[in-house]
Order: sequence, then C-alpha cells, then structure tokens
Amino acid sequence: MSTSSEAPSRWSRIRDSDILASFLKSKVTMVAAFVVLILFIGAAFSPWLAPTNPFDPATVFLADSMIPPAWQDGGEARFILGTDDQGRDLYSAILYGMRVSLIVGGLGVALAASIGITLGLLAGYLGGRVDAVIMRIADVQLTFPAILIALLIDGVVRGLFKSASREDTAIYVLVISIGLSFWVQYARTIRGSTLVERNKDYVMAARLVGLPAPLIMLRHVLPNVIGPVLVILTINLGLAVITEATLSFLGVGLPATQPSLGTLISIGNRYLFSGDWWIVAFPGITLAALVLAVNLLGDWLRDALNPRLR
Amino acid sequence: MFAFILRRLFQSLIVMLSVALIAFAMFRFVGDPVNQIVSIDTPQAQVAEIRRSLGLDDPFLVQFARYIWNAARLEFGVSYQFRLPVISLLGERAPATLELALMSALFSLVVGIPMGVYTALKRESWLAKVFQAVSLIGISLPTFLIGILLIYLFSVTLGVLPSFGRGEVVRLGSWWTTGLLTVSGLKALVLPSITLGLFQMTLIMRLVRAEMLEVLRADYIKFARARGLKTRAVHFGHALKNTLVPVITIAGLQLGSIIAFAIITETVFQWPGMGQLFLRSVQNVDIPIMAAYLMLISFLFVTINLAVDLLYAAVDPRLRATVGAH
Repeated sequence: MSTSSEAPSRWSRIRDSDILASFLKSKVTMVAAFVVLILFIGAAFSPWLAPTNPFDPATVFLADSMIPPAWQDGGEARFILGTDDQGRDLYSAILYGMRVSLIVGGLGVALAASIGITLGLLAGYLGGRVDAVIMRIADVQLTFPAILIALLIDGVVRGLFKSASREDTAIYVLVISIGLSFWVQYARTIRGSTLVERNKDYVMAARLVGLPAPLIMLRHVLPNVIGPVLVILTINLGLAVITEATLSFLGVGLPATQPSLGTLISIGNRYLFSGDWWIVAFPGITLAALVLAVNLLGDWLRDALNPRLR
Repeated sequence: MFAFILRRLFQSLIVMLSVALIAFAMFRFVGDPVNQIVSIDTPQAQVAEIRRSLGLDDPFLVQFARYIWNAARLEFGVSYQFRLPVISLLGERAPATLELALMSALFSLVVGIPMGVYTALKRESWLAKVFQAVSLIGISLPTFLIGILLIYLFSVTLGVLPSFGRGEVVRLGSWWTTGLLTVSGLKALVLPSITLGLFQMTLIMRLVRAEMLEVLRADYIKFARARGLKTRAVHFGHALKNTLVPVITIAGLQLGSIIAFAIITETVFQWPGMGQLFLRSVQNVDIPIMAAYLMLISFLFVTINLAVDLLYAAVDPRLRATVGAH
C-alpha cells in the first residue's frame, strides 16, 4: 500500500480508477449489476412494492388459490404471476421471499466473515500453537462440502434449541449454519496476508511503542489485509443464498409461514405434476437470476481487483 | 518415501480421530440418549440403571474410546426414529447411492472431457461459446432447480423418463441391489445422474479447457507439429494425454463430494439412498444416524485423499525428492 503525499478526494479516485473503466467496458457486468440492483431494490422495499401482504391472513383467501398467471386462461389481473396453493399472490410472495433469502444469506456471510477474519488475524499474528490449531480445524473442514456441514450444524443446533418453536429459531439456525460453513476461506486469506504484514516495519514500530496486541491487530494489521475479503464476500453471497435455498428446499430451512425463495420452490415442486408450473417457475427464475448476476459481479470484481490480469 | 507414507497415514488418522470426537460429542451432548429409550413415567431408579448399563457414567475418555472401538467394528448404535441398528439402515441404502454416484461421475467425465477439448481447440467457434455459457449457468444454478427443470421437461411434458424411485432392482448376493440390469432401472438412473453430475461436468470441462490451453503452448507440442505429425495426433496423442493426470485426480477427489451432494438429488427424485436417510435424520434430530453418516463420509474423503497423495508421490519424482530433503 503506497501512500501519495497529497491524497486525492474519494470521488476523483473512483472516477480515475481502472475499476470504473473495466466496469464500463464489460456489457455483461453492467447487465448483471443492473439485475442485482433491481432485485435488491425489490427485496428492500417489498412491503411498499408488493400489491398485497402475503403473510396477512386477513387479505389471503383460499378461494383465490391456484390461479394461473394473468396472461393465461383463468388468470386474473389482480395476480400478475398467479397464486399458490393457499391463495397468496405469487408476485408479492417472491418479493417478500427474496427479502428473507437475502437477509439470511447476508447475515450468514457476515457471520462467516467475522469468524474467519478474527481467527485468521489471530492465527497469522500470534502464530505458534494458536495458528496450528486454527489451521488444522480449517483443513479438516475444507475437506467437506459446505452444504453437508450446514446440514449437520442445522441438525445439531435444532437439537440444542429443541424447546423453542421452530418458526422463531429457523432464521438463526440458518444464519449459524451458513456462518460456520463458510468461515474457512476468510481465515486462510487473512492469515496469509497477516503473515506478510506482521514483519513489516510499521507493526514493529507499533510493538515498540508498547501498543497491546489486540489494538495492533485491529487498527494496524486489519486495514492492510482486508482488501481481498471484498471479493470473497461477493462470491460467497451467491453461495450463501444457494445454501439457504437448498436447506429450505430440503425442509430443514425456513417454514412455509415465512417462506424464502427456496421454500416457495419447495411448495411449488409439489404441484409440478398437476400442471401448475407457475408456482415453482417464477421463484426458480428469480433465484437463478439473482445468483447468476451476483456471481457475474463477483467474477468481474475478482478480475478487476487482480493487478496481474490488467 | 516410507517416511512420507507414514506421515500422511498419521495425518489421516488425526483427521479421523477429530471427526470421531465431533460425532461422539453430537451423540453424547445433543439430546440425552437415555431420554430416547425411557418413557416419561419410567421410575427414576430404572433411568439411573439404564444410564449406568449404557456406560454413560464412565469418564469422558473411556466413553470416547468405547465409541471409537464400536465405530471401528461398524457399530453405530440404534436409530432413535426407526429403532433399528444404524449400520443395517445405512447398508440397505448404500447400493442406491453408490450406483447413482458412479453413474454421475461417469457422465461428468464422458461429457465433460470432450466439451473441454472442443472449447480449447475451437475457442472462437459459436458452439464453444455456448458451452462456456452453459457451464457458467451450470455452476450458478442450484442442484435442486436443475432436477426440477429436468423432471418438468422429461417427465411431465415429454413423459419419457421416470421422475422418482429406482425402477425395478435386481438383488445380487446377500445385500447388494442393482438397477443396472433392468430397463426401468436404467431409465430411472438417467435424470438423477445428470442432475448430480452436471456441476462436476462443468468443473471438468473448465479444467480440461484450461489445461489444454496451457499444454498447447508447451515446447514439445511445437516440436511435434514441426516434426510434421498430424494435427489430430498432436491434439489427442500429446496434448490430451498430458492433461488427463490432473483431470483424473480432481475427478477422484470429487467422488466424495458427489456422494455428499447426492443428499439433494436423492430428495428431488425420491431416490432411496443414504442421503435421503441422512436428511430425514437431520429433520428428526436422529443423532446416531447423523454421527454414523458423518463418520462414513469422512472415512471416504480421507481414504480418497490419501490414495491420491500416495499415487502422486509414486508418479511424480519431484515430490519424492523434496520429501527426501526434509
């Protein structure tokens, strides 16, 4: 990290950067960013954008169930994308479901990043036995697919929470499962760069001044090693949303009363054979578009921030 | 060489022991095993007696050692929900999962390698670009959505392939059942194998493509061309042959995760395998099955990893040299 004598303003740094240039050059990335933006806005403002609140029993009528999309025979203009088996408006349910999916995915990734960054800093800075223990755990965990670990943690956490009702704890169980399944990558990355930073002069100086180790790690080492984490965060968000959807589809995630995209797909899957394709198709397309767009953005970010590829 | 083998064996043992510790901790501390046996009105003295007879009052290390000893003899206790020995439940379902995993590994190799070779050789053709786009979608789409899509296309709309179950199975020997010998069994394998293998296929395609592009730049390829060998001989005899070592390694390592990912595919297609059993045990917090499944899968992973490492050391002389230098 070189520091120039006169720091340019933040905006001019963005305007002159290679990152903006490479963004404007790649049409696929711009489309992906646009899709992500639209979906994020839809999720964030779903209570205001959705025509109905699908979770308010007073506005949902069983008589409205299984109505096909508006452009098909038997469709109604009130329900653009049709309704599900309980008479909920599918368009509203998708908006709300995406909100739940993104909240769970985002919180899970945030938890994973905080665990990984903390353990990575400790391992890299302290070294020795702490390093050996943390990295061996990481090695063992890395041999298993994340979805398997998430399933196991899900089962264990639900065993421990047995007394509480499932609907209250479902979100926490999912966030904990995702957080504990994805921390390894952050820990490895942070540890690697901490090992390099640890021996630099400014850390030595901070030590000589007599700053306590936690303060050196947080205030001096962390800002210099945090860069690559941004890319992992983006790529992991897509993975976390898939993991949440998979767990919900498998019936160990969110219950039908607070559905995520995965729960909606799982409900729709039951009606696939009776020809009611829309219940599974629209949540499925939304999930696929969301994950694909986030992955494309992550890929671009990785290449744009990698100086070797420029 | 001998020291290297010993060290790798020791590392594998440590991994297996730590997994066993996790499995044991789950078994012992998530829910009380005694509660699963007794009813609410069992007298307190009898509960204490059962607790003692199960050895739950012994010191932690004694209990852990006993757990490992039992696991080594494949005794994983009794399932809470089925009241049957876990190992017979898993054994009954193992053939279904293993057949599915092998077929999808085969599918991913047979389709992935040619696609990778093609995209590397004809980089600018439109078909190669289609393959690349398909591989990106294959990596982004969750497995269960691919399964649903295939069911909708081939079972609901076209009605040519079954959407659930194994079809007719034939019993071989005392416990192995196979769907490979009947028409309905083979038909039932098609959709699940594609669903499960698609992710690995895109992985192998990308890997073959990257390796081919790397190898095609090497000097010996230029030399082979200069010698006037046919393009086909250079591409397949020289280039492809040299890309296959890493490809087969990755494919071997992926076999373990195919079996783990089978959980999702088995649920979509109601495939009566180990993954479905594991999922049901997660839903019902049936710890003995969860712990046993964890141990079996870890054993598989560790064995495959170890085998690949040892094979590498046997094939690659450089690895032996660095090991000798230590």
